[in-house]
Parts: sequence; structure tokens; C-alpha cells
Amino acid sequence: MNEQTLEIPCTIPADAANPVEPFLRMDRMPHIWCPACGIGTTVNCFVRALIESHANLDKVAIVSGIGCTGRVAGYANLDSFHTTHGRAIPFATGLKLANPELQVVVYSGDGDLFAIGGNHFIHAARRNMDLKVICVNNLTYAMTGGQTAPTTPGKVISATSPYGVFEPAFNLVALAEAAGASYVARWTTFHVKQLSRSMEEVLHKKGFCFIEVISPCPTLYQRRNKMGDGLDTMKYYKQASKIRHGARTTECDMTKSGEIIVGKFVDRDRPGYFEMLHAQMTETLGDRYAEPEVMCEQC
Amino acid sequence: MHADPKGVLTGVHFLDGDHACCEGTLAAGARFAAGYPITPSTEVVERFASRIPTVGGVFIQMEDELAASITIQGAVWGGAKAFTVTSGPGFSLMMEHIGYAAMTETPCVFVNVQRGGPSTGLPTLPAQADMMQARWGSHGDYGIIALCPNSPQECFDLTITAFNLSEEFRVPVMLMLDECVGHMTEKVVIPDAAAIDVYPRRFTHLPPGEFRLFEPREDKVPDMVRAGDGYRFHVTGLTHDERGYPSMNVDTQNRSVTRLLEKLQPFTGERALSETANLEDAEVVVVSYGITSRVAQRAIDMARQQGVRAGKFRIISAWPFPERHIAALAPKVKAMVVPELNLGQMVREVERAAAGKCKVTLVPHAGGTVHNPEVILKAILEAVR
Amino acid sequence: MAKGFVAINVERCKGCGFCVEFCPTRVLMLSSAFNTKGYHPPNVVAAEKCSGCDLCGMYCPDFAIFGARYAR
Repeated sequence: MNEQTLEIPCTIPADAANPVEPFLRMDRMPHIWCPACGIGTTVNCFVRALIESHANLDKVAIVSGIGCTGRVAGYANLDSFHTTHGRAIPFATGLKLANPELQVVVYSGDGDLFAIGGNHFIHAARRNMDLKVICVNNLTYAMTGGQTAPTTPGKVISATSPYGVFEPAFNLVALAEAAGASYVARWTTFHVKQLSRSMEEVLHKKGFCFIEVISPCPTLYQRRNKMGDGLDTMKYYKQASKIRHGARTTECDMTKSGEIIVGKFVDRDRPGYFEMLHAQMTETLGDRYAEPEVMCEQC
Repeated sequence: MHADPKGVLTGVHFLDGDHACCEGTLAAGARFAAGYPITPSTEVVERFASRIPTVGGVFIQMEDELAASITIQGAVWGGAKAFTVTSGPGFSLMMEHIGYAAMTETPCVFVNVQRGGPSTGLPTLPAQADMMQARWGSHGDYGIIALCPNSPQECFDLTITAFNLSEEFRVPVMLMLDECVGHMTEKVVIPDAAAIDVYPRRFTHLPPGEFRLFEPREDKVPDMVRAGDGYRFHVTGLTHDERGYPSMNVDTQNRSVTRLLEKLQPFTGERALSETANLEDAEVVVVSYGITSRVAQRAIDMARQQGVRAGKFRIISAWPFPERHIAALAPKVKAMVVPELNLGQMVREVERAAAGKCKVTLVPHAGGTVHNPEVILKAILEAVR
Repeated sequence: MAKGFVAINVERCKGCGFCVEFCPTRVLMLSSAFNTKGYHPPNVVAAEKCSGCDLCGMYCPDFAIFGARYAR
């Protein structure tokens, strides 16, 4: 490190502003995430995706569950919902069905979406519900102190597996594909450009889209397993990641310290939920079918 | 505001309670329902699934009650009037989300067609087994409104009331049917849409930037908003301040959580819904609700014939409990007789409100069928001896 | 004259080192000085090399730094 003061020798234009700030509830900063936690990094990518996709921010709604990643909704300057543990997806389903004009993004963690929320994930994927699900996978239940999650790889030490995890871990991308997701990708918090681009892609794509982001939890996961700090983890991601677009998701398991297959694995077109609803209803009811007008009157 | 005619099946019908309830939701303006099959409630959503595509709305059968109970809340924040339907075991599953609705002040309706319990119990047989659960089932301090219809006609009428109250008080409302009322077929008169009053959602008139989603008006209830209108609001189940931001400290807890109960205080007295008869000269009052109130009516009539001055207090809004009415009545009577299709739930509230000023007798029934009126009559006669 | 500049919010920084590590032109190094929370924020050591690519901004989990190109 450098024996320097905190003077910054760049000339900074008077009107310079961090492009991410208008997208955040700045009155709630600083956030609660730990030093070198990757969640904030994913938020930067999400904000860039919103900018690049020219999204109408009034129409973007973000729904989170409970956990560290679940706090994203609270910091996003959008119509935002911090719901119950595991139930962001059904809440998001109701939101989208009531107002199909909304772009509904579910932003939550691995435990929230795949343990308690697992059932809801697979059904929303099965229905091809038009939701964009961003799962920050730090391989643990971070908020509550680093307990074993369905994604925690074998041999890892956790708060509830003090002698090492022995249960096989879920392969989230394979699960998402099998359940019917229209778009499945995995990146790590190292891959900021690619992640941002994937997020932008899903904002334009119809159907159930899933992006898994592998992220450090330096305070709990990495520390308990003597894997270094957040920066060490980012360097590991850089070194161990192999970009394989179109790889077979069943061959993309996560392990304690092995290869991380990243990329876009699934990008397919399936009929959307509304499309199917409409087709079935008009086929059987013909003219008698009344287009849904779910929202109630403004008074 | 008048009901939207698209959802009003005006006419004289022969319907069971479940079906009448469904018509009530449509008349009230509900255009979204999420449900999960469970006897004896399923017909409510089956009819909704059948009706809504020609009225104009959405029904989705979710993968479980955990999902259904929160999908409706997503729909509410998307701007819809929404409800779900269940029975005992499903009601238990929905409890976390009933608490979430209370905490986030999400207006919505939960219909519970009660059956014998506990656990899987008696799926096809009546009970009034979830009355306490309706009030206390979720964790923490919060309040809800619960209504008890005693006929298919009331299943229609009180469903509309349930929606109206949920909007007025920004609170989840429990509509507590039972299997008997739900599966009983009777005449149901559905009037013209113009004759049905529907309470519109209290959307704010303030612009974004000025509006605070949890800032109460004078009546202690905040205005509503919906996603997509540019308000950039935040909803969380964490203890939150008037902006909706998490504010996990003692002051906010005291202020915000207490208000959830205070806003419903009018139902302990002036806003309580009840049906009373012959209270002026009563020496004994039968306090009942739901299907039991119809059996109790027979017992009251028989008692009157025998010269006993028996009065009726039929509870329609069971929660908040009409304690001020019961407290005012208790000193004037010798006894209150409380028949219910359970082993003693609402009787505890009657006892609490009566505060020892009169005798309170429970006529319990573990469930499975209705009381024999003779049993209630016997309790009435013994109470005045 | 550099193509871009980097602006650092010293007090928001938690010293994770992502920006230092992943800046493609090595503009930054962690300072040995502390902010009020006790973290070592980055220092610009090679301002002339900054292209304003904003990779630092994308990596920063604390929204404490961003880069931008100078307007022409």
C-alpha cells in the first residue's frame, strides 16, 4: 500500500455524479452489506442494464424475499417490495397478473429462492410466468449467520454443518432449465460486463428468465472456510471461471474450489402465460371471453 | 360508488353459500383470485374460475396456500381487488401472509369455510373451529376484521361488506363461513348493480414525492397506491416508518404497530356488526354466530314460549370483538349463553367483556354437525334458574 | 491529458480492493490513510492513465467510486 494522503489528483467536473445514484434510495445509504460482499456489485450491473435497456423506471417493479440479497428491494428507487421468506415469486406473479404492463424483477438469494421458495420457483418456471429472476448465490444463508443452504457445496464448513456439508448441492441452472425457464445464465460478480449484458437481455425477453450470480460472502462463507477475503474470491472467480455459452446445465455443478462454468445456457422461446391464457379462453369461449381488466378503479 | 354491473348477477337465485360468496366477490369488484383446492371451500374458486373469464379478470390456482395467500397481495399492489379461499389446514398455512397483509396494510379478503379440526379433521363437516385463529393465528401484535355470515344470502352480502371494510381500513378481512353455511342452498337475491355500494380503494391524491404510504389520515388509516404510477414506494414486512422504510427501533415499533390495532377500535363498539332482538327485557341473552345462530334462534323461540325472557345477540363482526356492546349488556342480564361449534373460543371473549357482571355459559360442540336446539334450550333454562 | 477521471467517495468506501485490482490501467492503489470508519480507501496514483471506463464503478459494492470520460 502507498504512503499517500487521501488527495485525489483527478480533475473532477463540477456536474459529475455517480450514474448509479438516481436508481438508489440515497437517503438509505450506507447499506447494510459487508465489505467485499458481492451484492452491491450486482446492483451496479442491474442499474447499468436498466439504463442500457431504456427501461421506463415507473413501470419496473422489484420484488425481494428475505436475506442479504433480499435487502436489494429496499435500496432500489423503484416500486419495491420486501416480501416474506421464499415468497417473492408468487407475490411477483400476482403483481404481474394484475398489471401486465409492469416489468417485474425478482431479486433474491439462493436460500430464499431455492430452499423455502423452491416450490414457487419451479411452478413459475413451469408456467413461463413473465418474471426476471436474479439470484445472488453466495452459497449460504448469509443474513442469519452463514448456515448451510441447498447450494452449499460438499465439504464446506457452515454454521449448521460444523463438520462439513455432505448433502449434494442443487445445481440451480439445471433446475431452472428443467423446470422450464426460457432463459438461464450464470455469471459471477467478477463478470460485471457480461452480467450487466445478461440482465439487459432479460429485460427485453418475454417469459421466465433466470440469472444466477455467484457472489462472495467474505464475512461468513469464505472466512469460515479459510478461503481468504472478498478480493481473493474475486480473483478465484476470474481464474476458475470458464465461459461456455450453451453448455449442458447438468454439467455445471458448483464445487468448493473447482471450475465455475459461466455463460448463457438457455435462451428459448416458449409461449408466455398470458398468451396461453388468451389462446385457451378464446378457443373455448370465443366472443364471450372478456379481456382481463384486473385493476380496480381509481377514485 | 356503485358496483360494476359486469360482475353483478342480478336476480333471484337458489345458491349455496360458497357460490353466493363467489357472486359477492364479483359484485364487490374483485377481478383477481388465487386459490388452492380444499374442502369445503373449493366451490368458491371453482365458480370464480368459471365466471371470471366472461366478467374480465384472472383466476390462478397456485401451487399451495402459501403462494395463494401472497399472490393476492401482489395483485392488490398491482391495483386489483383480490381474495383467496381456504379451510382450516390452508388457513394455518396462510397465517404468515395474513400477518404480512396486516403489517403492510394490504386490503384483501381471506375466505375460510371452516371445517372440523384440528389437523385434517373433518373435511366435509362443519365446525366453527378457527375463530380464535382468525384473530391470533399469525405472530405478533396486529388486528384483523372477521365477519360471520349465517346464510347463503349473507354469504353474498357480507362478502361485499368484507371487501368494503378491507378498503376502508386497509386491513385483511377474514370471512368466516363454515361448511354448513357454505354448502347450504337457499334463496339469494342479488340486486341491481346500482343498489350495491362498493367502497372504492382510497388511492392517494398526493403526487409522488409528497405521498407517504404509511402516513395515517385522521382515522388512523393511510391512503393507498399501486405499482406503475410513478410513486416509487416501498413495502416491507419489517417494522417501518411512515415512508415504508425499515425502521427497527422501539419508537417506530410502538408507533406503527400500535396504530394497526388502534385503527380498528371502532369495531369494538359503534362499527360492530350484529343482529339483536328482545334485549330490552331479556334475562338471558344467547350470544352466537354463523350457523349456530340459526339453531340458537329455535332455542330462543322455544324458551320464549316457556316464558323465559330470552334475547338474541348475533355476532356478525366477530373481530375486533364487540366488547363494548357485551360490556354494556352484561350488567342488565342474569346470564349469557354462548353456543358455538367448538370447545370454547368466542365464549372467552364474551367472558372477558362481561367481566363477571353476569353468568356466562358455554354450550360447546366438538363439531361435525350442528347443535341440537334442545341442548341450547336446556342451557338457557338452567342459566335463569 | 487523461481521457477520463475517477471520483471517490472516501467515507463510503469499505476498502475491499476490487477497484484497485480490476482497473485495467492500474490507476488506483489502496491508501495507507484511513477514512473515519477505519477503512483504507483507494488513491489515484496514475490519473493520466484513466480512460473513464467506469469498471471501478461497476465493481464497487458500496457505490463509493465511479469513473467517467471527460466531455470533449
